[in-house]
Amino acid sequence: MTEEKKEHNKEEFEPRIVGFLCNWCSYAGADLAGTSRIQYPPNVRIIRVMCSGSVDSMYILRALLEGADGVFVGGCHPGDCHYLDGNYKARRRMVLLKTILETFGLESERVWIRWISASEGQRFAETMRDMTDSIRKLGPNPIAKQWNI
Amino acid sequence: MTQHMDKIGAVAIIGAGITGVQAALDLADMGFKVYLLEKTPAIGGVMAQLDKTFPTNDCSMCILSPKLVDCARHPNIEIHTTTEITGIEGAAGKFSLKIHQTPRYVDLLKCTSCGSCAEICPVSLPNEFDYGLSTRKAIYKSYPQAIPNAYVIDKIGDGKHRCVECGRCEKVCKSGAIVHEQKPLDRVFSVGAVIVAAGAQPFDPIVKPEFGYKRYSNVVTSIEFERILSASGPFQGKILRPSDKKEPKRIAWVHCVGSRDKSVGNDYCSSMCCMYTAKEAVIAKEHHHEIEPTVFYIDVRSFGKDFDAYIERAKKEHDVRYVRSRISEVEEDSKTKNLKIRYEDECGELHEDAFDLVVLSVGLCAAKHKPHELVKTLGLSENVFGFVDSVSFDPVVTNVPGIFIAGTLLEPQGIPESVTQASAAAAKAGMLLRDVRGTLVSHKTYPLERSVEEEMPRIGVFICHCGINIGGVLDIDALVTSTKSLENVVYVDANLYSCSEDTQKKIVDAIHTHQLNRILVAACTPRTHEPLFQKSLREAGLNPYLLEMTNIREQCSWVHMDIPKEATGKAKILIAMAVAKTRQLVPIHTVEIPVNQRALVVGGGIAGMSAALSLADQGFDTVLVEKDHMLGGHLNNIFYTVEGLDVHAFVKEISHRVMSHPRIKLYLSSKIKDVKGYVGNYDTYIETSAGVELFNHGVVVVATGVEENKPKSYHYGADPRVMTQSELEKRLSEMDSRDVCNRETYVMIQCVESRDNTRPYCSRICCMQAVKNALRIKSLNPRAEVFVLYRDMMTYGFKEIFYSKARESGVVFIQYDSDWKPEISLGEHIKVKVKDPLLGSVDIPADYLILSTGMQPPKDTMALAKQLKVPLNSDGFFLEAHVKLRPVDFSTRGVFLAGCCHSPKFLGESVYQGEAAAARAATILASGKLESEPNIAVVDETLCSGCKTCILVCPYKAIDAVEKNVDGKRVVHAKVNEGLCQGCGTCVVACPARAIEQHGFNDRQILSMIKEII
Repeated sequence: MTEEKKEHNKEEFEPRIVGFLCNWCSYAGADLAGTSRIQYPPNVRIIRVMCSGSVDSMYILRALLEGADGVFVGGCHPGDCHYLDGNYKARRRMVLLKTILETFGLESERVWIRWISASEGQRFAETMRDMTDSIRKLGPNPIAKQWNI
Repeated sequence: MTQHMDKIGAVAIIGAGITGVQAALDLADMGFKVYLLEKTPAIGGVMAQLDKTFPTNDCSMCILSPKLVDCARHPNIEIHTTTEITGIEGAAGKFSLKIHQTPRYVDLLKCTSCGSCAEICPVSLPNEFDYGLSTRKAIYKSYPQAIPNAYVIDKIGDGKHRCVECGRCEKVCKSGAIVHEQKPLDRVFSVGAVIVAAGAQPFDPIVKPEFGYKRYSNVVTSIEFERILSASGPFQGKILRPSDKKEPKRIAWVHCVGSRDKSVGNDYCSSMCCMYTAKEAVIAKEHHHEIEPTVFYIDVRSFGKDFDAYIERAKKEHDVRYVRSRISEVEEDSKTKNLKIRYEDECGELHEDAFDLVVLSVGLCAAKHKPHELVKTLGLSENVFGFVDSVSFDPVVTNVPGIFIAGTLLEPQGIPESVTQASAAAAKAGMLLRDVRGTLVSHKTYPLERSVEEEMPRIGVFICHCGINIGGVLDIDALVTSTKSLENVVYVDANLYSCSEDTQKKIVDAIHTHQLNRILVAACTPRTHEPLFQKSLREAGLNPYLLEMTNIREQCSWVHMDIPKEATGKAKILIAMAVAKTRQLVPIHTVEIPVNQRALVVGGGIAGMSAALSLADQGFDTVLVEKDHMLGGHLNNIFYTVEGLDVHAFVKEISHRVMSHPRIKLYLSSKIKDVKGYVGNYDTYIETSAGVELFNHGVVVVATGVEENKPKSYHYGADPRVMTQSELEKRLSEMDSRDVCNRETYVMIQCVESRDNTRPYCSRICCMQAVKNALRIKSLNPRAEVFVLYRDMMTYGFKEIFYSKARESGVVFIQYDSDWKPEISLGEHIKVKVKDPLLGSVDIPADYLILSTGMQPPKDTMALAKQLKVPLNSDGFFLEAHVKLRPVDFSTRGVFLAGCCHSPKFLGESVYQGEAAAARAATILASGKLESEPNIAVVDETLCSGCKTCILVCPYKAIDAVEKNVDGKRVVHAKVNEGLCQGCGTCVVACPARAIEQHGFNDRQILSMIKEII
């Protein structure tokens, strides 16, 4: 990042990320990151759901409109879904949602979906680091709160 | 009548590894009081030390830990650690078990596991959990997730090697849990049955000096390597070698250390080492791609379900190098501490390779250790190796009535077998004590639930310091202040330990005093602690689902330890989000689903008969459906065991018991036409020769077996001298020694159309059947010659002894490679050409060619799988819920499996698997009712347009279209079946009319949280 751009993005910018984590894998993975004391940036606010397949596109859009700079969806690895195939449903939905976001001029990289198992505390922390960095580079979410003006 | 009145509805389980834990959970759910006795300070056993488990590479702790928590929480399980057995009196149904408990010096009820004591303790000792690769303090917890979740003081040993009683821990312990003056305790438990699950020990390779263990620092055992791999291990999951803490590149594994080895008296196979070696090599490679793993082996015994595929992946995808060889010596370079391995390959050539780290794949042994004393105390008979002897057809039954055996103290084996035996032993105890089931269990009663629907939300928030775990990072006072300002919050309290017993009392009191109607606990993860706080709400007369938790420990203070200001800021938002959801909480009323207490067993082979008898003996009416006109299944083609026992007589006896049992209704020449319903309430249509009959039942056990593959290769069917192993067995069973005295030659070919592209799995039993029949031929006619052409001899466990015996009696075993399959030409003799690694191409003129062709699922397996909505694996066998810990359950509640339809297996294995399925089924049948999932979906009929989208997406077929007559119009809407819905929320998202919501996670709740993200 050039000095100029950095200034433009405001050094102070701390991305706000909402994470929807499935109860059985990713939420447990986030717990393991904690029990293993693996440090990661404090930018994510986690909302526990039973299955990544239950994360409605509406939740993600609403989070972006409310001011989230990024939205993370975490599910079980393919084939491991506690509810057989909810993670596949989530993936299909995310692909579609990302296309829609692009058509509205919002970077689809603001929405991440990743598979993190209950044993992948390290991977959860790394993913949070990567996502925070990546959203920080993208800058603040331009559509936040503009809907109610 | 009077006799059974004396029986005691309690069972003692000795050993709380995964085997003991499973038996405890099954028995407690079946309605028995359980004393779970463990000699170490924590339950969990060896499985807690493992990093991952094969063949799924599941995190061992992740799958074990929930079972441990279940044990700790179960009202019918009493855990007693640091406890050993000193004597037993009485008889089956009524034993007095004497125990001796060494002091823990820490009050279990007071210890909050904060860890301050260990921090201040000045005495460091080798950590046995890491096999001395790390240290621990004299006051310690075996491992972070240990149950009981409490510390223990080590006062064993002398002088510096134990607690010095300096008193520092006492001073620092805020809850006053340290009791230095605790005394040992001797007690007697009255129990109806005993299950021994004390386990075996890893072999200590110190007695094999050629491997250099303990002499060379970079030679470790496989279990030590598990700890090295583990994130909670000595190097935090980094693969480092002990000498210089550097990353090793070339790692060698040496198979069969302390197994298949007469020189140390262990001439049996330890069964699981081949697979854990492959797993360790694969995981090491996953940690660091540069690692070059080499495995030195004799045979690769991948006899279990999906094991062969795992080995293939290890070889092909992970570049694990497999060298068939015998190791002569390991030698250390004293400067570099690298190691040289000298070995002889299969062609007899000598080689030398250099490695950075050598892992000895040690086997299991029982003798000369603690279990030996236990076995003597209980009066159990043991085999020459010190493992407990069982009645051959029923492995979990010992020589002492009322004492059952399960796990590795019976025979070295993997986790699924141990867990299955645990359930089988539970079934046996359940059969013995069926008349006193439910007599000693406690049921907690709660006050009536207060109605809160009409009240404004009055939220109480309890913020936890968790010792210094949260309070050491977050500014709790600031959190209390910010929380107090939130709407509807009427009470905020901060607690040192929210999970402690006294905080529970405080929560109950606050609910009463401040008329709280919703509770938020800001502490640790709801995944472990939610049930605890829910219980407190119930005690205060609130619906348990009016509780919300927010995780400010695992997901805040522990992961942002260096930035307290930012962490506190995040915690404020997390609490605000959670308060927003708490405001929207509504009571959830689960329903009790009545359970029809009858069982259906499909398949009348040995597994099905064993399951049916076990269920019937436990007092449940059972219907057994068999498609053939007789019982016995594949066993009708088996005539004798390798020990010489008469299989047909056994089948006859069991069949007779099944046919004469008053609680078993048998349908022969019948099959399942249709299955409707769900767990607890099935309607099954059985097609018999006399027509279709309807049967209502609560559970299903699938035991449909296997059949022998009839091969297409090797001229089978075209020449009577070519036959399968079973056909040979039938002939041999009809002969006696007078019939065969001439010189004749038998050639057996193993893995025919098996472990190749046609059937890419090992059928487990064929090698042993070949050994058995070869021994039979030799005993009938010592002049006969027998050649066995094999790829890997899968004579695991004690079966290895018979393999040795066959070699000693002159049976010739020739190893062949899958690329060089034996060739035959027919003539006066059958000419068999095989490429021997040592001798090159060999021609054997044979009189008989015997094909070991492997087993396959019967053709109608797929149809039954569809009827029951249960999955098959890629080889066509039924796929259980979890290969390790739920081996006889399907993921569909209420359906179980047993026997060869799971994967090919031996008679004894099918017997105990049948019993295990019966035990698992009994956990559902026993109470007569089930509680529905709380987080299920509900349909708002007024919004539902009847489009049926939800019905299509539901993975559990839990939604039905229901027709209704509204004002003369026919209206269709969706209805969720409370018994089937598992609460995934898929339908909620799919509904275009937003007519479905999920209890506990509805749109209002989630959206209100989203509003608070800033």
